[in-house]
Amino acid sequence: MKNSGAKRWLLAGIALALAVSYFSAQFNRYYLGIAIDCGINIILAVSLNLINGHTGQFSLGHAGFMAVGGYTAAKFTLVFESMVPDSLKPLLFLVALVLGGLMAAVAGFSVGVPSLRLRGDYLAIVTLGFGEIIRVIVQNMESVGAASGLKGIPKYSTLGWTFALAAVTVYAVSALVNSTYGRGFIAVSDDEVAASSMGINPVRYKVTAFVTGAFFAGIAGGLYAHHKQFLSPTGFDFLKSIDIVVMVILGGMGRTAGVIIAAILLTVLPEFLRQFADYRMIIYALLIIVLMMARPQGLFTLGAKKKEAARV
Amino acid sequence: MSDALLELNQATIKFGGLTAVSELSMKIRPEELVGLIGPNGAGKTTAFNLITGVYQPTSGEIRFSGKSIRNAKPHDLTKSGISRTFQNIRLFSSMSVFDNVRTATQVHRVHGIGSALWRGRSFHTGELEVEKQVHELLDIFQLRDLRHEDACSLPYGDQRRLEIVRALATRPKLLLLDEPAAGMNPTEKEELMKLIQFIKDKFKIAIMLVEHDMKVVMGICQRIYVLEYGVKIAEGTPDDIRQNPKVIEAYLGTEEAKQKPHA
Repeated sequence: MKNSGAKRWLLAGIALALAVSYFSAQFNRYYLGIAIDCGINIILAVSLNLINGHTGQFSLGHAGFMAVGGYTAAKFTLVFESMVPDSLKPLLFLVALVLGGLMAAVAGFSVGVPSLRLRGDYLAIVTLGFGEIIRVIVQNMESVGAASGLKGIPKYSTLGWTFALAAVTVYAVSALVNSTYGRGFIAVSDDEVAASSMGINPVRYKVTAFVTGAFFAGIAGGLYAHHKQFLSPTGFDFLKSIDIVVMVILGGMGRTAGVIIAAILLTVLPEFLRQFADYRMIIYALLIIVLMMARPQGLFTLGAKKKEAARV
Repeated sequence: MSDALLELNQATIKFGGLTAVSELSMKIRPEELVGLIGPNGAGKTTAFNLITGVYQPTSGEIRFSGKSIRNAKPHDLTKSGISRTFQNIRLFSSMSVFDNVRTATQVHRVHGIGSALWRGRSFHTGELEVEKQVHELLDIFQLRDLRHEDACSLPYGDQRRLEIVRALATRPKLLLLDEPAAGMNPTEKEELMKLIQFIKDKFKIAIMLVEHDMKVVMGICQRIYVLEYGVKIAEGTPDDIRQNPKVIEAYLGTEEAKQKPHA
């Protein structure tokens, strides 16, 4: 059946990630680090794209969800690491990541439900505030290192883990959106009133988008924690959220492939432009302004998708 | 109870000091084609919004299939069988013609989030079933060749038709058409009248029509309700309505009113 291709792509993606990871010892550690950053940013950008792109909401709180997932996963491995034999470490990591994702999803639900009466700019402000609240809470929690950060997190994130989970994220978001059920996300984004008259419950779809997006942001946070081995609240300030938003806008709202390219580009470029690092936010701001005027549909969009049925 | 599919009982809605629709009572039976007319600002679209759950009546009651629809949301009502089109076309503009119709079929849940993620056998049979339904509908309305086009790139008349097809994809018992003839030329209006008649016969559903164009309304409706300033001033067959002095007054004004127009 030609329709079952989607799951095969997912398996191929995971297999490729694990295969490449097998040889990762031979790579330059610096480049390996950047590659893992790319994978994490792909997860963040693709999951935010479900909220901001496909469903047409405007969330500036993605770093907050990432923080919830990152701190949860890191604390979990730090507590249980010594009790688990080496052979079961991957399982421990998996549980930590999923737990981080679930905690982030709960956060996504709790910020989603009350704020869904708001639209556009107002929603953006609420989610921005939410992200900052998370950061301030973490900054004052002694059990996770407060302002001085959480240190000594074991290095579990590998190329294989990161890209396998990136593949899962891309699969999940595409599979959701490219189904009859998932057209509801786009319908809500296009015209909420018409969507509602066609039997689509806009609130349910928006909450689903928030919860799913937050879940994957939480997973990305867990990967990030076990990659950098150190978490500090300042790493999850709203500039981090802006970073992810820029990836989505640059790639094209609701265009998964474009968003992946943008995520890679915006991870790699700053590395090569280290000497201009101080101007990064200015450049980003200018980039968005120019982009909105010249190519509002995103940089990597080839034109409207013309796909008929539910095929990823 | 009565045999009515839709029943409004003294439905009233006030926005602040303005009573947009006042004590409106009406009945629509299954498979009936009813018109709702009135001058600009008479409250026709507001009445539509009451029936579809966009607004809640301030007082009075609305029943659909014998059940009160108080506090039901528009998407709940779509599920129970009320579907509509909009005065100013509201298609899903970033989607293709096919996807516009496909989206509307999911009100009768072919699959949910879990199945969309897992993509098992039932998911694929469900999607094929949806595809078949959509193609059937598009065939009936000669839109199949345009199915890959962006909905917003269609000519105006086709967009109107697509909106009706999308509404039919929810498998309604009652279809509400809000000024379907707006912006159409006489030939297109002719075709629209045939189309509405055809839908009623083919799908065996009740249709309620808000329309300005008297020729369209008089030509196809079995019964007509007339609103003015939110109040029902007449109801009856097209012939009754044509001769009703109140209706003539509302549309043309009285001799006296012509000299002293309303403020």
